[in-house]
Amino acid sequence: MSTLEIKDLHASVNGTDILKGLSLSVPKGEVHAIMGPNGSGKSTLAKVMAGHQDYEVGSGDVLLDGYSLLEMDVDERARAGLFLAFQYPAEIPGVSNANFLRAARQARLPDGEEIDAVAFYQEMYEKMAKLGMDKKFTGRSVNEGFSGGEKKRNEVLQMMMLEPKYAVLDETDSGLDIDALKIVAEGVNAMRSEERGFLVITHYQRLLEYIVPDHVHVLNEGRIIRSGPKELALELEEKGYDWLKEGELVKS
Amino acid sequence: MSTDSNSGNMIEIDREKANFHYDVEYKHDAGMGLSEDTIDYISNVKGEDKWITDFRKKALSVFHEKKMPTHWASEDLNSINFDEIRYYLSAGEAPKRSWDDVPNEMKETFERLGIPEKERKFLAGVEAQFDSEAAYSNIKDAVAEQGVIFVNSSEGLAEHADIFRKWFGKVIPTGDNKFSALNSAVFSGGSFIYVPPGVKVKHPLQAYFRINAEQFGQFERTLIIVDEGAELTYMEGCTAPKFETTTLHSAVVELVAMKDAKIQYITVQNWSANVFNLVTKRGLAHENAEVRWIDCNIGSRLTMKYPGVVMKGEGARGEVISIALANDGQHQDTGAKMIHAADNTTSNVVSKSISVGEGRSTYRGQVHIPKHLKGCKNNTECDALLINSKSRTDTYPAITVRGNKHSTQHEASVSQVSEEQIFYMKQRGLSEAEAMSLSVNGFVNDLVREFPMEYSVELKRLIELEMEGSVG
Repeated sequence: MSTLEIKDLHASVNGTDILKGLSLSVPKGEVHAIMGPNGSGKSTLAKVMAGHQDYEVGSGDVLLDGYSLLEMDVDERARAGLFLAFQYPAEIPGVSNANFLRAARQARLPDGEEIDAVAFYQEMYEKMAKLGMDKKFTGRSVNEGFSGGEKKRNEVLQMMMLEPKYAVLDETDSGLDIDALKIVAEGVNAMRSEERGFLVITHYQRLLEYIVPDHVHVLNEGRIIRSGPKELALELEEKGYDWLKEGELVKS
Repeated sequence: MSTDSNSGNMIEIDREKANFHYDVEYKHDAGMGLSEDTIDYISNVKGEDKWITDFRKKALSVFHEKKMPTHWASEDLNSINFDEIRYYLSAGEAPKRSWDDVPNEMKETFERLGIPEKERKFLAGVEAQFDSEAAYSNIKDAVAEQGVIFVNSSEGLAEHADIFRKWFGKVIPTGDNKFSALNSAVFSGGSFIYVPPGVKVKHPLQAYFRINAEQFGQFERTLIIVDEGAELTYMEGCTAPKFETTTLHSAVVELVAMKDAKIQYITVQNWSANVFNLVTKRGLAHENAEVRWIDCNIGSRLTMKYPGVVMKGEGARGEVISIALANDGQHQDTGAKMIHAADNTTSNVVSKSISVGEGRSTYRGQVHIPKHLKGCKNNTECDALLINSKSRTDTYPAITVRGNKHSTQHEASVSQVSEEQIFYMKQRGLSEAEAMSLSVNGFVNDLVREFPMEYSVELKRLIELEMEGSVG
């Protein structure tokens, strides 16, 4: 039951089918990577799991430790333990990072319980230090005027503070230089544990050199067409995606 | 989710915080409708001098002569039925200096609104008005000993006629507009404050205006004179219970800042949705004086309020900082008026409005700099935030600058809380209402900081309550 399980998922946006029977299972303690060409449905999968209103689920299910996420509202899914690190995080003018994180943590407490502010700040500063973030950052508005790298670091900081059961990282490597990529990867690696599963969505193999996956899945036209060990990512890097697509054609 | 429903319950109790009223035996009731008899009744109860009665009657005829300003303002003004309103209600007792002496219903009212507690914590003095008259009025001894006068308008007229009469109706003449005329005819309550030269009142003086009765109009009249080099912060809060019928609140507030004086006037009003709030506020700033209006408008059916500053002396400064929140069925028609009447005068207007659901907010600004002056500056910023697709905002800035020795700046923006922002916040575990209120608080955050600490906390809370209700 300690699994994030996607079962035969079909989803569309504006009447166009994007996911066409996607199945995948990420047990706790493992890191799974999803790779695939542009337009294969990678980001759609992330949005559908999180519950974005623009996507319609036709059939199938997504189970978090046995409970269907699809029946929950976006925020309930989050509080149930699903975290999405956004490819393009939204900017929230006037809301400081500290206040935002505090509100998010508060939302997870039972009614009547208040966050211990001192312990909260201490924890936040420690985690920021791991990500090489300046303390001043807490007073800045969420993602407003952030560079690409700062936004991605902020996503990882939020993940570290919210300690989800399962984290979906959507193209977290895009827009990062190699130093920032290493820091972000270290942050993710520090969170790897038996109690947590990761689904890392990426177009390039580069990220997987730093966040080494247990399994690699190749997504094409809304379906997983190949799964394999981490070496599969290297193979994709060398050969591109076309040989797999052709293989799929032959198979069908 | 349990967190949601629980906090929802908490909110419900809080939301109802100001929505209660007591059955009070009013000793004096001018009855429904408005005529010269109404004025005679009020003047008689108050034992006023003849000049005041005459002043009132003249104002009544001005009120009748003036048309509703519906050629530029909301047609909704025509829904006010002046015959279905009571213009004076009081228990017929002088305001008390101790809460123990305040009649029970009134004392309980203000206790539920947290006034005595605030007074103990951080105020230099409090006047608490219940319908037409103050039930409680007190100034801390240390402040009174400095020569500061803080009484209601009737007492000001009776006991301090020399200062009162000199400025009464001079900043806002009776005929300024239809509602200033109405107030001049039937005014009752409000504060009269005089701060002697050089006295800097450390803690704020506060007035709380409470409407308790149904089909009633509250017409407080406030006159504040801060003498040379003196400083004062004044705060007012207003609430009323929600009735099916119309409640009218039409105040006139005149401020006079003498040379080098500073006045900061802070309003946090949270009217129920049946209140027409039509208020005229203006300050006169002499040489190097400063008048700041910090204004937060929440609630009411229609609010029309454009605090102004007439900068009469060289180097005078005027400022209006305002936050307005218009929810379903509400129209916040607010703004600022800056009249430059001397060289090197500076004015600043920062206005932020939020429209929720089918709420509507309007900004009207008037900046006037005549040709013969030099070195005048104005900065105007107005930002509107729309929460839903049906929300509405309009901006009518009128900046008249003659001559070329001035600098003015005007910026306006309209933004919306995007679905992507809400989705992002919800993905972090915040409910939709929490996400909304967080982004709205973010929008007004820089202005909320201008309010004293105790008020900014309350303000954030009020905004959260409004947002909770609008999404839930």
